[in-house]
Amino acid sequence: MAAFLDAKTNDRLTALGTPAAVGWSEDARLDAVTRLRTTGLPDRRDEYWKYTRPDAFTAPAATAAAAAEFEGFAGVDALTITFVDGVFDADASDDFALEGIEIERLATSDVDIHWAKDLYGVLETNGQTPVSRPLAALNTAYATDGLIIRVTGEVSKPISVVYLQKSDASDAILHHVVKVDAGASATILEAGPVAARANTVMEIDIADNATFNHLRLQGRDHEQATLTHTFTRLGNESAFKSFTLTANGTLTRNEAIIEMNGDDASAHVAGAALGDGGDFNHDDTVFVTHDALNGESRQVFKKVLRNGATGIFQGKILVKEGAQKTDGYQISQSLLLDDDAQFYAKPELEIYADDVACSHGSTTGAIDDHALYYLRSRGVPKAQAEDMLVLSFLAEAVDEIADEDLQDFILGKLETWLADR
Amino acid sequence: MDDVQVKDGVDAETVEAVQSLSGTYKHGWETEIEMEYAPKGVNPDIVRLISEKNDEPEWMTEWRLAAFERWMQLKEPTWAMVDYPEIDFQDIFYYARPKSMEEKPKSLDEVDPKLLETYAKLGIPLKEQALLAGVEAPEEERKVAVDAVFDSVSLGTTFQDELKKAGVIFCSISEAIREHPELVRQYLGTVVPVSDNFYATLNSAVFSDGSFVYIPPNTKCPMELSTYFRINAENTGQFERTLIIADKGSYVSYLEGCTAPKRDTAQLHAAVVEIVILEDAEVKYSTVQNWFPGDEDGKGGIYNFVTKRADCRGDRAKVMWTQVETGSAVTWKYPSCILRGDDSQGEFYSIAIANNMQQADTGTKMIHLGKNTKSRIVSKGISAGKAQNTYRGQVTMHPKAKESRNYTQCDSLLIGDKCGAHTVPYIEVKNNSSRVEHEATTSKVDDDQLFYCRARGMDEEEAVALVVNGFCKEVLQALPMEFAMEAQALVAISLEGSVG
Repeated sequence: MAAFLDAKTNDRLTALGTPAAVGWSEDARLDAVTRLRTTGLPDRRDEYWKYTRPDAFTAPAATAAAAAEFEGFAGVDALTITFVDGVFDADASDDFALEGIEIERLATSDVDIHWAKDLYGVLETNGQTPVSRPLAALNTAYATDGLIIRVTGEVSKPISVVYLQKSDASDAILHHVVKVDAGASATILEAGPVAARANTVMEIDIADNATFNHLRLQGRDHEQATLTHTFTRLGNESAFKSFTLTANGTLTRNEAIIEMNGDDASAHVAGAALGDGGDFNHDDTVFVTHDALNGESRQVFKKVLRNGATGIFQGKILVKEGAQKTDGYQISQSLLLDDDAQFYAKPELEIYADDVACSHGSTTGAIDDHALYYLRSRGVPKAQAEDMLVLSFLAEAVDEIADEDLQDFILGKLETWLADR
Repeated sequence: MDDVQVKDGVDAETVEAVQSLSGTYKHGWETEIEMEYAPKGVNPDIVRLISEKNDEPEWMTEWRLAAFERWMQLKEPTWAMVDYPEIDFQDIFYYARPKSMEEKPKSLDEVDPKLLETYAKLGIPLKEQALLAGVEAPEEERKVAVDAVFDSVSLGTTFQDELKKAGVIFCSISEAIREHPELVRQYLGTVVPVSDNFYATLNSAVFSDGSFVYIPPNTKCPMELSTYFRINAENTGQFERTLIIADKGSYVSYLEGCTAPKRDTAQLHAAVVEIVILEDAEVKYSTVQNWFPGDEDGKGGIYNFVTKRADCRGDRAKVMWTQVETGSAVTWKYPSCILRGDDSQGEFYSIAIANNMQQADTGTKMIHLGKNTKSRIVSKGISAGKAQNTYRGQVTMHPKAKESRNYTQCDSLLIGDKCGAHTVPYIEVKNNSSRVEHEATTSKVDDDQLFYCRARGMDEEEAVALVVNGFCKEVLQALPMEFAMEAQALVAISLEGSVG
């Protein structure tokens, strides 16, 4: 433990007090506090926070943000679970019963021994090396609620987690644990502003031959500061797909930490972001570790930015010694619609195995004049032509969504968002 | 190497070739010449001594002392992916020169024959070159001037007369400080400021010698300029300082190559190269770096911490860095381009080969400040044995660098399953009329390409050689003719030997 705790960390911890003792998760929470005290909270000098200021997340109190309406996966047939300002809302939630899946809440699951004990804070701890993520440890220690989900079979419809915000000063810390048993499959949808400040963690353990899909909608004209971490561990021949669509909003940092532990596993993380305005700061930080044979990973991130919006991508593929036949791909692209938009990228490869094919690409630039000219010469009005080109630019990321209906849903969403921007 | 699993496509001969290279360093010998040392360690007195030994004016001594004071406040950087035992900066000689140099030779004839022999072994027989290039060579054959640096003191400088005719100044930096103080004062430390980084600051305080080049306006330097660096005495830190100024509309191609004798203890090398390029001028700077890499267990070898930067100050200025990095136990080197003038251009071509226990962390920075500036980065990293090879680069498009362009390609090739290849690029774009493209790949020798070659009747070894040659070709082609020979020989040894 560090002898000296920096003022920032001390203030934040003091404001949070002692973690609520919740039966089986208590050990993990206390351990997280210890780890947090050792690492301290991040500041701007941390290489890992080179491009996004962590201040909003490390401050003792949340900055007020006007409550925002949000239309998430309306119309999609799903089992809906609603949190308002980070607090579970039973009235707005469906009955948890559904074949092939067991759902509990972290706040009410107070038995002493629980299967989730082997997962809660465990994947998060694994994800702390080689780069420490103190804000995820903070989440493990202080999460007030979350879902404990066990997928035992093939689930007939997605679980839709809706995060509404009513209070301007809400500050939410939610921690979900998902265990997908061997051969099982499920889809989880997440949507909404969560709170004025949100820190959410999802730990996902995907067993052999299992499949898990994750789809998320964020932003849309709000002022919230959102930090998310997804920690995913993959078993043999398992598959994981995660896609996030973000539109406008203020500060968002999505971290995806993926451990490819089983052979022949496949993990795809993708994101499309539309940013408008100088407050928009969207940060995708991805760390994929290949530690097994024949793994396939894809990172596809696209951002369309204007009016001073800032986009950030930090992606890493780490191939450990012996992780032969790895196929790692990473692309980060941004379209800058005007001269004030900015894009920062740090796409990294760290490779210790020789029989691999890893590549990354990153491009930044304006809309292609020739393409625009082509469309306009065929009578398409300028704004519409731009929208078409933006959509086609984002398509590669949207393609990463597993389910075709959900793909169409997201495309529809994008079209509406583009139309009323 | 015995425990290294070899992949398909790399045959037994390849493995033998690699093994035969391990621990045998062709340039690993030492010339027995008496050395004159300053005491070990660094402090203001040593800084003053170095300054005094070089007959420097007061302002230069002050400049060094200011740098030293600054250095005392700096911490050694740790961000590079290199791992080496802590360096005791007080356990290094900061000044050493061959004793026979205490009295400056009037001409090359007076130089200790053993020194001349040293260069002959390195393949730069000064006099022969003088004959070849100066007298008997046909007109079109380009000439190479050598400002040979033996440890800390500049030895003989050839072709002075012809260069003088063109108005080109090519001399040791210590001579330049004495003879051309106005130029040195105007430009020294303006590209790599005294406070730039730990090693550059140390260099500013204790640099012993190096090269100085000034190309006057609208002059094409009549020959390619070349410096050979050599570290000769054990425990002697080598702190070279190079300053190149290309005045308006001028052109020069500068070659730097180095080998070092085999020693057991690691040696520190912290050089600084500054290049100032004014309007419409162009500088090509090519390096073949072959310092002693240490033996196959990682024992010995040079620690090479180099700061190289070119500042395209004028409009339409051009710089091209080409490097073939095959040596050193630890390489920490990022030749950079500041594209300040409108329409200026920067290029970086690099081959970095790391074998055995070598660690290379190298790359470039392209800082686009002016309008319509262009840069291109082509980096080829090859790792074999237990080596770690990292490309680290930065491309920044500042808000005012409208209509600028960058293209980056970094490819890594892995040979064997115990080595590592890493890519750490930073891309920062702050305007939308610029276009930045970055591509990186990591792979082993491509099976499809091998198959294609073999299907056309090549045997496996030829096929691998062809594929690997192709892998590096873009960079090899960027080297000037004079260097191509040595570079190809080096690549042939370090690279072709490794795979086929």
